[in-house]
Amino acid sequence: MAILVNAETRVICQGLTGATASYHCEQAIAYGTKLVGGVRPGKGGSQHLRLPIFDTVAEAVAATGAEASAVFVPPEHAAAAMIEAIEAEMPLVICVTERIPVLDMVRVKHALKGSKTRLIGPNSQGIITPGHCKIGIMPAHLHEAGRIGIASRSATLTYEAVEQTTTLNLGQSTSIGIGGDPVYGMSFIDCLKLFFDDPETAGVILVGEIGGTAEEEAAEFLKAAKSEKPVVAFVAGRHAPTERRMGHAGTVDVFGKGSAQQKIDALRDAGALIAASAADIGATMRQALRQALTRP
Amino acid sequence: MGYHAGYHAGVAASGLAAKWEDLPMNLHEYQAKALLKPYGVALPAGRLAHTAEAAEEAAREIGGEFWVVKAQIHAGARGKAGGVRLVRTLEEVRAAAEGLLGSRLVTEQTGAAGKTVHQVYVEQGCEFDRELYLAALVDRSLGQVALLASQAGGEAIEEAARTPGALLKIVIDPVLGLGAAEAARLAADLGLDGTAAEAVAELAATLYKAFMDQDASLIEINPLVVTRDGQVLALDVKMILDDNALFRHPDLEALRDEADVDPWEVEAQRHELNYVRLDGDIGCMINGAGLALATLDLIKDSGGETADFMDVRPVATRDQVATGIKMLLANPKVKAILINVYGGGILRCDTIAEGLATAAKDVGLTVPVVFRAAGTNSEIACKLLADRGVRVILARDLGEAAQKVVAAAKGEAI
Repeated sequence: MAILVNAETRVICQGLTGATASYHCEQAIAYGTKLVGGVRPGKGGSQHLRLPIFDTVAEAVAATGAEASAVFVPPEHAAAAMIEAIEAEMPLVICVTERIPVLDMVRVKHALKGSKTRLIGPNSQGIITPGHCKIGIMPAHLHEAGRIGIASRSATLTYEAVEQTTTLNLGQSTSIGIGGDPVYGMSFIDCLKLFFDDPETAGVILVGEIGGTAEEEAAEFLKAAKSEKPVVAFVAGRHAPTERRMGHAGTVDVFGKGSAQQKIDALRDAGALIAASAADIGATMRQALRQALTRP
Repeated sequence: MGYHAGYHAGVAASGLAAKWEDLPMNLHEYQAKALLKPYGVALPAGRLAHTAEAAEEAAREIGGEFWVVKAQIHAGARGKAGGVRLVRTLEEVRAAAEGLLGSRLVTEQTGAAGKTVHQVYVEQGCEFDRELYLAALVDRSLGQVALLASQAGGEAIEEAARTPGALLKIVIDPVLGLGAAEAARLAADLGLDGTAAEAVAELAATLYKAFMDQDASLIEINPLVVTRDGQVLALDVKMILDDNALFRHPDLEALRDEADVDPWEVEAQRHELNYVRLDGDIGCMINGAGLALATLDLIKDSGGETADFMDVRPVATRDQVATGIKMLLANPKVKAILINVYGGGILRCDTIAEGLATAAKDVGLTVPVVFRAAGTNSEIACKLLADRGVRVILARDLGEAAQKVVAAAKGEAI
């Protein structure tokens, strides 16, 4: 059922005692997320939001059996927090923090290699399996449990895709923000693999944007995977001015990839259906599902 | 900076944590060179000048037989645009500086408006046999720092970047660093031997160290030249710092040159807004970079042209939103405004509506405003505008919002 998180997932929050973390964790608890504790060095043994606080992730894992950690730690210390969670063998780490130095993420990426951890983000709105578990900062009320998996580089565009699939009664199995930073954890490919293997996911929406090569790599994967499940893609930035930096990730990549049109062409070529605009993501998925049904 | 437009733009973006949220921390050539000098990077003698007299004096001080006078602006393709002048006498140095200072340089990377030249860098000229290329950046797909190098430096790098195999690449292990053997092989692969090979191998290691020390997003040496007497010199350097790491480098913050940035952009930054000026007639207020890009695409596809882009950060207050809307209204080109926001996370739709109501009360809405709010407190936002008597054209979704604002900008009835 769904991917990565469900109603049983036990979650801790690193940096729980901060104002932003408190606000979003209260909402997560109200949503039904099984939040079991928080980590804040120096405040171990105390309580916050009626949850136990631990000095270290390892102690929190030992005491609560946590399987996921939400990182709400300020950018200066976020990389250290992620590496601590990786070393404590936390299966899933979700980093909401934005503006983390990119060379810090290079270190985190190194720590992830060969580890037991999957990282979502940083600069991610988080992950939600509607009706069961919400970890992050997304507005919960837009979501509805359903059959569409979403992976996105942009938070507000994810909400567009979520609202449209909710309105069309398709709903979401799980929605993941892979984050808007240049160096990050789970890729589109990692999400696609999980969604393709998930019996409750009927189709997948990818929301990309200019910059980097994540969409081109996803296209390569799609071509090889030949999944029966329809994939709809939207890529923002077709008309972004070339002499200006816009969006999370700039203009064109060194090896000629990175423009919106190249990404769109690669994804279409790999069999994805392309949403013509951000307003058409849901409708394109509905069309893709119908096509899949009538396929001989 | 540099002489080679297309490629510079390309490489910069690939290594860059290019965030809409920040002013890009581009360094001028002279700043980049000053940062690299203490590492022992070999550079031609040079001085910065703000007047033609000072330029002449600088040339006299550094000596030599000829000089290069270079405009210091935050844009590449200076050479092609006449921003880099090779001169043979002190009089010519003065004349070149006089011509450049105060002029507006339009390069392939500045946009039509160009950039005003406030300072020039005067450098000793040198005769060289070979032009190479060497850069350090973050390889995004691998999440590791990489060195790029090519035998085809200078303008030839544009062609090399499109030719498979013409760019050498070393991906660096973050724990082990750059090995001496790897650096030596890179120099050999560049077709170098003897002292030049040793110098380039050493420079590769130095470049990586400087990149890590300074939290750079890009350091690009192009051209890296081998002189007639076998010396290796960094003729031009482009350097971009990671804005997000400036907290570790308070001294580097002082290198930010606000005179070279659109003053509106600087003003917007002070109000938790990210501003981008474009050439059309529709002003936009959006939250989130992805949604902003998608809205720009939709407006263009609906037959409109975007004038100003205002991206509201999640932490923006009512008054900051109001300031942003007033800035949109103050642009005489703007014929209609689209406010398209998704309440979520920390920013709520009613904060945007309150900002709009404040702006309407303070300065009046002189052009049609299309309002589309979704997500947290969207209904409260629309009710608030109705209660305060703020006249807006409501739109239910993104597509409708784009169509309505394009029609409004054309003066069509809605």
